[in-house]
Amino acid sequence: MIAFWILAPVMVVCALGLLFARKAVHCALLLAVVMISLAVLYAVQDAPFLFAVQIIVYTGAILMLFLFVLMLVGVDASDSVIETIRGQRLLAVVVGLVFGATLVLGVAQLSFGTVVGLGTANEQGNVPAIAQLLFTKYVFAFEVTSALLITAALGAMVLAHRERLTPRLGQADLAAQRMRDYAEHGKHLGPLPPPGVFARHNSVDTPALLPDGTPSQASISRVLLARGSVRDAPGSATQVEQLGGGDRSVPPRDDASDQGGAGR
Amino acid sequence: MSPTPFVVLSAILFTIGAVGVLTRRNAIVVFMCVELMLNASNLALITFARANGNLEGQIAAFFVMVVAAAEVVVGLAIIMTIFRTRRSASVDDASLLKY
Repeated sequence: MIAFWILAPVMVVCALGLLFARKAVHCALLLAVVMISLAVLYAVQDAPFLFAVQIIVYTGAILMLFLFVLMLVGVDASDSVIETIRGQRLLAVVVGLVFGATLVLGVAQLSFGTVVGLGTANEQGNVPAIAQLLFTKYVFAFEVTSALLITAALGAMVLAHRERLTPRLGQADLAAQRMRDYAEHGKHLGPLPPPGVFARHNSVDTPALLPDGTPSQASISRVLLARGSVRDAPGSATQVEQLGGGDRSVPPRDDASDQGGAGR
Repeated sequence: MSPTPFVVLSAILFTIGAVGVLTRRNAIVVFMCVELMLNASNLALITFARANGNLEGQIAAFFVMVVAAAEVVVGLAIIMTIFRTRRSASVDDASLLKY
């Protein structure tokens, strides 16, 4: 019971953080805390098999998958604050509070009778006892589960597959494209400028200074710009974000620019 | 060990997950809240298994985990497909079926 009273407040606080965290990565990490705490609670309640499964499947596989997709989708894909339905958020919170209060009050007033405990059921160990049930009484459900897993894997493959509609650009095509951009739009032909190297900062999140003292936006990765984690260049008052679009044309994120050597 | 505190905790976590599904806009976070609700119900199942002294509740929790794993795989693939075509992971942007 001590484990419960230590872990329950942690879990509730982390779950509430899931509602208020602005960045999806923070949500994923808070969810990891909740899931590991839940695994400990399973272990406390005589379920060592589910303790292991919870850690391996949930924190190991599912949360890794979440973080993987967050990496693909982009860390800056945060929530918009605009409500599409007016008053929806307030109503949702009110309904949630009413629902939660009803549920908690109802459950708390229930009496569960005498607790039998799993002492006799787990006599030969938890795993053999679960296997006994799983492979006799629930064997059909278990077999159907395998069909479900295969279907899910195939479905994910079909959904994530992308057909290549345009021919793959080779190095010669990219070079020709770059020359054409220079001829038509006067886009800078050479490599992009490196980030600033100064006495105190020489990391990639510090923009380089142009001869007139303004920071050069082209010297900073656009991923850092999108995350808003670009430092001020020392000695310049303006921030890189305030420069706006400037002359740095952000290339559209497609295959061509990803493979381009100039793209950073 | 009375089962009541465990069931109350599971009810609280379920409520938080439900409110998250209703209020958050990012599809991935909405999905995480769904996972939180599934986990809360798992906690209740395991508590009831201990209270009743048989392992059927644990089996049910095990099946919930398996189905959740399959659901996450397909759901995240759908979110990725939507993101690829619409450049956004917001649930409000995927509203074309309405028209």
